[in-house]
Amino acid sequence: MVDFSKRYDVLVIGGGNAALCAAISAAREGASVLVLEAAPKFYRGGNTRHTRNMRCAHDAATDTLSGPYSEEEFFDDLLRVTGGNTNEDLARMMIHESKDMLDWIVQQGVRFQPSLGGTLSLGRTNSFFLGGGRAMLNALYLTAEDLGVAIAYEAEVIGLDVENGMFLGAKVKRPEGETYVRAGALVTASGGFEANKEWLEESWGPAAKNFLIRGTRFNRGTVLKMLGAAGVDQIGDPTQCHAVAIDARAPEYDGGIITRLDCVVFGVVVNKHCERFYDEGEDVWPKRYAIWGRLVAGQPDQIAYIIFDASSLELFMPSCFPPIKADSIRELAGKLELDADALEKTLGEFNAAVKPGTFDHTQLDDCRTQGLAIEKTHWARKIEKAPFYAYPVRPGITFTYLGVRVNHQSRMMMADGKPSANMFAAGEIMAGNVLGKGYAAGIGMTIGSVFGRIAGREAATNARN
Amino acid sequence: MHATNTLAEADRLMTLCNSCRYCEGLCAVFPAMEMRREFLDGDLNYLANLCHSCGACYHDCQFSPPHEFNMNVPKVMAQVRAESYAAYAWPSAFAPMFEKNGLKISLIAALSVAVFIAGFVAWHDPAALFGQHAGNFYRLMPHNTMVVIFGAAFLYAIIAMIMGIRNFWKNIGEPASTLTQGGSLWQAMKDASTLRYLDGGGVGCMNDSERPTDNRRRYHHFTFYGFMLCFASTSIATLYHYVLGKQAPYAWYDLPVLLGTIGGIGLIIGPIGLLMAKRERDPMLVDESRKGMDVAFLVMLLATSATGLALLVLRDTSAMGLLLSAHLGVVFALFVSMPYGKFVHGIYRFLALVRYAKEKRMIESGEAGTA
Repeated sequence: MVDFSKRYDVLVIGGGNAALCAAISAAREGASVLVLEAAPKFYRGGNTRHTRNMRCAHDAATDTLSGPYSEEEFFDDLLRVTGGNTNEDLARMMIHESKDMLDWIVQQGVRFQPSLGGTLSLGRTNSFFLGGGRAMLNALYLTAEDLGVAIAYEAEVIGLDVENGMFLGAKVKRPEGETYVRAGALVTASGGFEANKEWLEESWGPAAKNFLIRGTRFNRGTVLKMLGAAGVDQIGDPTQCHAVAIDARAPEYDGGIITRLDCVVFGVVVNKHCERFYDEGEDVWPKRYAIWGRLVAGQPDQIAYIIFDASSLELFMPSCFPPIKADSIRELAGKLELDADALEKTLGEFNAAVKPGTFDHTQLDDCRTQGLAIEKTHWARKIEKAPFYAYPVRPGITFTYLGVRVNHQSRMMMADGKPSANMFAAGEIMAGNVLGKGYAAGIGMTIGSVFGRIAGREAATNARN
Repeated sequence: MHATNTLAEADRLMTLCNSCRYCEGLCAVFPAMEMRREFLDGDLNYLANLCHSCGACYHDCQFSPPHEFNMNVPKVMAQVRAESYAAYAWPSAFAPMFEKNGLKISLIAALSVAVFIAGFVAWHDPAALFGQHAGNFYRLMPHNTMVVIFGAAFLYAIIAMIMGIRNFWKNIGEPASTLTQGGSLWQAMKDASTLRYLDGGGVGCMNDSERPTDNRRRYHHFTFYGFMLCFASTSIATLYHYVLGKQAPYAWYDLPVLLGTIGGIGLIIGPIGLLMAKRERDPMLVDESRKGMDVAFLVMLLATSATGLALLVLRDTSAMGLLLSAHLGVVFALFVSMPYGKFVHGIYRFLALVRYAKEKRMIESGEAGTA
């Protein structure tokens, strides 16, 4: 049983990768640590549950990585995806620290494997967790338990006592009732606010009602909001979130990886009026999948349909729901409850505009349309071979960018420019410091592990002094 | 589309797993799954028999219950496996043996023991049953009679299991020629004898919780190698008898007794350990309807070794007659029930490993369609 009356050296709010790395690293420094996870045990870990790899720099190939990935290359990738929207000092430090993370995280019980089937493009840069993100979490929790870290589930922080940038205690709601916890230092690793639809609506309007949340329903940003109110400096665009197009039949929360669809490049995407709205073949899929959430969010009722034919069915990874299938475009329109005439017209015009070319889905090929208002610039093939297929898609929100500003110690910075006396942050809640926008696979886990480890260590030192 | 609801559920799970693939490093099931895009009954039976029930994928899965996707691969695979044993049983009229298997096996065992006691009594003066025979079993039952009875029982078991193998191989749709690939057979022998895939991808199996342990593998080794040593003991004794003309009873330091004793001890520790592991197992992973079959098999093995060891220790006393009846009865029951109980898991799993050894080479050489 967790002792709530005790004053802990370090209080960690959150239960994912960043939180556990912080808890473990603080405990290894000799601190007494309490972890408060808002979710029940099964749903512990926030978005970490759904991850599968982390991106770490390394000088040479390993058993599980197919080649070297230098700090410089990592930084270039980061610059490219963020369009320069990053704190260069912090980013370079994180990338440097990521090198040691490959060993450190294994020492905490996490195991790696070569890149998963269907993800060969990441085999050199990203280390895949054996068994996926939940396996990684389980390993971290077992290590934390062995180190004597106290862990409370269904323990939601509903109030923070912060005085002049100094954390004093937290009010916690548990199934047994409310309680108050005091600690010498605080690490917040409680994620973003992607599961808080009211908050999303502030930026997206009523459209947010139709968003699906790819992670758990527990990432509500409560602590993030409280930190803002306590005078912590905020960073990152409060209106932005990372969104991809996922199967519209996915559950509202926690559909995870299996609801993703990798077939946009093989067909056309139409909205509910059967109109195309973007070049489906603009670039290779790994470079474009992250724009489609936003594109679909901009369509009426936030719904769209990927339509393709029999020739493409086996060119992409299978997903959780089978595609909707029909012997004719007309029948398909009926099943999708779309206007059959309109869909036939759109596809007829598309097919007529397809120019001859040599189809090669492994690279930017020369199959394109000519003469359409919105061209498809690669992999354009006539959609004519029955049966015809469709996937309905909606925006799936992965994470949000708004966070708290930190320094090299992962210490929170107050709005007045001073560092907090004893408050630290790690993971998605401070990701905006290095990831101002965009995303590169596995970088969320790097941010979580590296800043979690630093935050835990610094918080332990802080509590000791 | 599928023969049973269990197979339909297994299809649903494999389709979802195939769109995730996070577990592919844990065992053989998931790489084999990735070679397929659709799952016919034979494919699912193959995958289910390939599964060693280590439980790791249940604890590693972000969609296991209480998640609404309700992914419970180890449990559903256990159910498919159990159904497949019945489906492959020969003669098929005996397939219902797998229903309430525990009860039926115990009845067969009790009946066998009773018949041996009654037989000895009928054959001899009832007093002979309780007489002292200085460890000479053949006073109660002539060696040749013993050979005929047990040879017949063993032969029947072998034939029934070979027919089961045929049914399995046909059902999973693998050509017979795979069974003649030395490389695949050798790989499967290594994988089976080390229980390579009962280790959750390296840390051990997850039995009672997500904290891994290697207990089940350890106890299974005690059981399997204990069984093999007992088998070797019997085989060597047979050679002694017919080739060397050396008759039982043998001294405690003689090979059949030594092997039998060591094997018997393994066959005590192993089944007890496995029974305990079964009791501790997370109920979420257990196929309750078939628990009786698992327990019955372990108890039969335990009874075989316990009666055998007791016979060795007490062979010079008046308890020998009853103990011999009990031991012969249990062994007889073990033989005749082999094709209709948990014993077959080893056979089908080994065969699944043979096929997987071949498929693994295809995956590694890039021949396989990885969807």
